[in-house]
Amino acid sequence: MNETTLSGTPTAPVTGAVADPFVVDGVRLGSRLIMGTGGAPSLDGLGAALVASGTELTTVAMRRYSPAETGSLFQLLEDHRIRVLPNTAGCFTAKDAVLTAELAREALETDWVKLEVIADEHTLLPDAVELVDATEQLVARGFKVFAYTNDDPVLALRLENLGATAVMPLGAPIGTGLGILNPHNIELIVSRASVPVVLDAGIGTASDAALAMELGCDAVLLATAVTRAQNPLLMGEAFKHAVIAGRLAKKAGRIPRREHALASSAMDGRAEFL
Amino acid sequence: MNIRLNGSEQSVADGASVSTLVSQLTGRSIGPDGRAADGRKLGVAVARNAEVVPRSQWHATALADGDDVELVTAVQGG
Repeated sequence: MNETTLSGTPTAPVTGAVADPFVVDGVRLGSRLIMGTGGAPSLDGLGAALVASGTELTTVAMRRYSPAETGSLFQLLEDHRIRVLPNTAGCFTAKDAVLTAELAREALETDWVKLEVIADEHTLLPDAVELVDATEQLVARGFKVFAYTNDDPVLALRLENLGATAVMPLGAPIGTGLGILNPHNIELIVSRASVPVVLDAGIGTASDAALAMELGCDAVLLATAVTRAQNPLLMGEAFKHAVIAGRLAKKAGRIPRREHALASSAMDGRAEFL
Repeated sequence: MNIRLNGSEQSVADGASVSTLVSQLTGRSIGPDGRAADGRKLGVAVARNAEVVPRSQWHATALADGDDVELVTAVQGG
């Protein structure tokens, strides 16, 4: 039906994908890809890309209501039965983030929130002090906090101890597409976390998402890499497979890295040519 | 009377409730429980003077002259 999607080609069900749901706050999600909706030029295109990506959880921002745009994004997600994860994007203080989260809970009837408290518009990096403060306040108010954080293993553990439902370290600054700049830190965060770890921000292309999963992340969150790709539909589908591939590779257990070559064909029994 | 709605001056009827205002702006009929009469979700929230007004209180909350009201909804975002 569509020339640009590969979905039409018959493929065997991917082993483990169905039996391996992403469980967060007791909710089972069939996909380990969380999509952002920012940056898409049109809602139609966005909807198609979201469907192609297979995502079951998608972030939205809270902004002033404009009669011209009457809740169409909200309706789009409802229509596709995609769960919403409201964010606090654009908040610079814990105070603003808490109020924004309260508004989101009222508007969207979910106590899940992607907590984003940024330091400045140039880096868009999380402000650790405000982030910790906001996490504490939101947990006390009964929110399920998905904390967008720096790739700092110490901070990630603090957020978990404060009651965060998931920690979401960045791979690189938002929108840069630089990939995972500090894989070691991500591995360290994963190794110490007992809540889900979601690699959030900085993803540029499918292999970055596969790497995140291979490092042990439970899920990947991205927006720009799909919405601003030249073909968002294809890229959405690419990410769907990348996340599954990375997850399977992690579960399968990779071979150790070696200094020298190791023949995969036996040397014994070779024919001899005189 | 006048209020500030999403940063702009807006004239509303004296004694209008939050529910009336939301109904006018969204063009949806809203029940006393703060839910749309058509049964579909509204997807909006209201803050009055920097405090959230729960939808269950929209009907009972009268606006006052000079109130600062924010009406928000979900939009595209990372």
